[in-house]
Amino acid sequence: MELISNNLPIVFAALMAVSILAYVILDGYDLGVGMLMVQGDRSERDRMIATIGPFWDANETWLVLGIGLLLVAFPAAHGLILTELYLPVALMLLGLTLRGVAFEFRVKAQARYQNAWDGAFIGGSLLAALMQGYMLGRYIMGFQTGLWQEIFALAAGFGLAAAYTFVGSTWLIAKTEGALQERAVRWARASLILTLAGMIAVSIATPLVSPRIFDRWFSFPNIIGLAAIPLMTGALFLALWIFLRRMPRADHSLDLVPFLGAMALFTLGFLGLAYSFYPYIVPERLTIRAAASATESLWIILLGAVFVLPFIAGYTAFSYYVFRGKARELRYD
Amino acid sequence: MDPILLARIQFGANISFHILFPTITIALGWVLLFFKLRFVATGNEAWMNAYRFWVKVFALSFALGVVSGITMSFQFGTNWPGFMERVGNIAGPLLAYEVLTAFFLEATFLGIMLFGFRRVPGWAHTTATFLVAFGTTMSAFWILVLNSWMHTPAGFELRNGVAHATDWMAILFNPSMPYRLGHMLLASGLTCAFLIAGLSAWRWLRQDRSEDVRLALRVGIWLAAALIPAQILVGDLHGLNTLQHQPAKVAAMEGNWETRGNVPLVLFAVPNERERRNDYAIEIPNGASLILKHQAEGVVPGLNDFIGKHPPVAPVFYAFRIMVGTGMAMLALSWLGAFLLWRKGEIPRLLAWGFVAMTFSGWVATLAGWYVTEIGRQPWLVTGVLTTAQAASSVPAGMIGMTLALYLAIYALLMITYISVLFHLARKAGGAGAAPPPAYAPRLQAAE
Repeated sequence: MELISNNLPIVFAALMAVSILAYVILDGYDLGVGMLMVQGDRSERDRMIATIGPFWDANETWLVLGIGLLLVAFPAAHGLILTELYLPVALMLLGLTLRGVAFEFRVKAQARYQNAWDGAFIGGSLLAALMQGYMLGRYIMGFQTGLWQEIFALAAGFGLAAAYTFVGSTWLIAKTEGALQERAVRWARASLILTLAGMIAVSIATPLVSPRIFDRWFSFPNIIGLAAIPLMTGALFLALWIFLRRMPRADHSLDLVPFLGAMALFTLGFLGLAYSFYPYIVPERLTIRAAASATESLWIILLGAVFVLPFIAGYTAFSYYVFRGKARELRYD
Repeated sequence: MDPILLARIQFGANISFHILFPTITIALGWVLLFFKLRFVATGNEAWMNAYRFWVKVFALSFALGVVSGITMSFQFGTNWPGFMERVGNIAGPLLAYEVLTAFFLEATFLGIMLFGFRRVPGWAHTTATFLVAFGTTMSAFWILVLNSWMHTPAGFELRNGVAHATDWMAILFNPSMPYRLGHMLLASGLTCAFLIAGLSAWRWLRQDRSEDVRLALRVGIWLAAALIPAQILVGDLHGLNTLQHQPAKVAAMEGNWETRGNVPLVLFAVPNERERRNDYAIEIPNGASLILKHQAEGVVPGLNDFIGKHPPVAPVFYAFRIMVGTGMAMLALSWLGAFLLWRKGEIPRLLAWGFVAMTFSGWVATLAGWYVTEIGRQPWLVTGVLTTAQAASSVPAGMIGMTLALYLAIYALLMITYISVLFHLARKAGGAGAAPPPAYAPRLQAAE
């Protein structure tokens, strides 16, 4: 107990990290599917929506949990970060709002507006993904302002949008068949290359911005242990590329593999970032411990979280089990 | 322009927009469960048709609630950083428990409730419907605990200006919580009842004689007629509770300036805060004393006891009258409707048009009620602990103004679309030219 008490801020940072990782993977795939819909015709779009319909609400809840944990466990960091990112946050919320309502309106509104709501769904997904990547870029740059920092943040925006598109395509490979699945394989290959480019750009820029991170990466003996992350990431890229070259397969038993690979890829990238920034919660400005709120309130939340999270994991798994296999038409009856 | 005022308008606009949709879904979840259980019990397809129509309204309302709620979770931090700094130790766990015990539950089972009918056994679909209704109600519980605590804080101590929890039971069951929660849940029930009655009456007037329309119309009218007296009673108790804990708010609601006995009930007036009196007042002698103290001589607190520390009078005064007036209209219409349903088995066309006109009356009353209680708490954000000005952020006015314009534009668009889609769904669902409903077999066992 005392061990947990002394490290409560670290425990919460870990909880928050898990929520954010769950968010970028889960909402990542449905934002990715949203962006890819720009390629589809009306019936393909309906099928693409059908793959994410039962899940997107719960996927977005991870964002509320992540931002909620930041708010309640690290109020000082929350204030700093959200004040710096006020405008991109507002634009991301605009994107999430548009796509969230478009999901309903695109089928329920009068026929003449349905294409416009499809546009809002695609545009909203793109805007949310770009802004999330842009915010990640600003965060990596420690919120410094300047031309290069802006260019980097914009590049990170496109990088994350590419990564979401990739995880979205792999989701479509898992949940569709036939011509749409063939197209999804092509989208996955293209977006994999873009994702690779984005990850390389972030990996080059991060140590250049911060001498602390540079030392952390390239000092002996850290470099030996740390080298595992880029090596595994590289191997995973190669494996995904080779596997995707052989898709689609007549036998559908391995259709989930690219999505699992994408999950692993996101996790590795996330671990790399987390390793670089620890122990800071606002890069170079505020550490996890300095930003944490009072211990007794954190205990109350932790007790609730430890008790409830297994249930959440359980019924989330149940929901994925219920809607397992290839997606069928969304029907209320 | 003043950044605090802009931040308040922005947050107020967002929260006003947001509350409209949970107000529908909290009660509609339970009504859907009722439809589903009636279908299971009677095997009558009409109940399931009613379910299928209203579950679409639920999905639509839920989506609007989710997106505006996500916006709110960010605005707590961007607009009111001082709030979390000073009372975060209490607000934090309450918000965290809302996410953990309510948001995930409703969001996950919503998928099964909407699209899982053919994928899970009948009982599992019913359970999913129950869990969604339960989740929305849990969410209301946590958020009203926090809101009530902001009105009547308890169970904490201040150390260096920061609130620390000392007694969680006292925080959860703070003095105004039971009244506020009851008032809000009933408000949700009434909003939902009038929405169902209004939209069903409209379908009925358009010659849609499907049995599910008739059933839903009856459920809406009976529900409204049953809930409105309960709401008047709970509202009265809530008012007495406010008199005890926030007398300045009640003084503003009543438009009473001097603390004295024999205070009249002001039916209408123009409160004049500069001269500190009411202009053009229409009053019932001793009315306010009788309502608040149950005797004609009862002493009612006046605003002049709280100079500089009471809320702006006019908005609280007017909003209170809008809420009560809407409530009276609800009482008259729903009781007349219920009486005619009981005696004649149907309602005349004119009355049906009355229900159509009152489709969104619940929204009007709910918003007016929230303005009474929230503006009535000013200048405090947390009564006696933190003022609104102390909690405001340092974001420049220009940035707040720009995002405010963006939010207002998008909310206006969404509001128009939402209402027009509701009526579009109602038009499409039945009436002349509509496709007959698909044949329906009760599915009490695993189907596929």
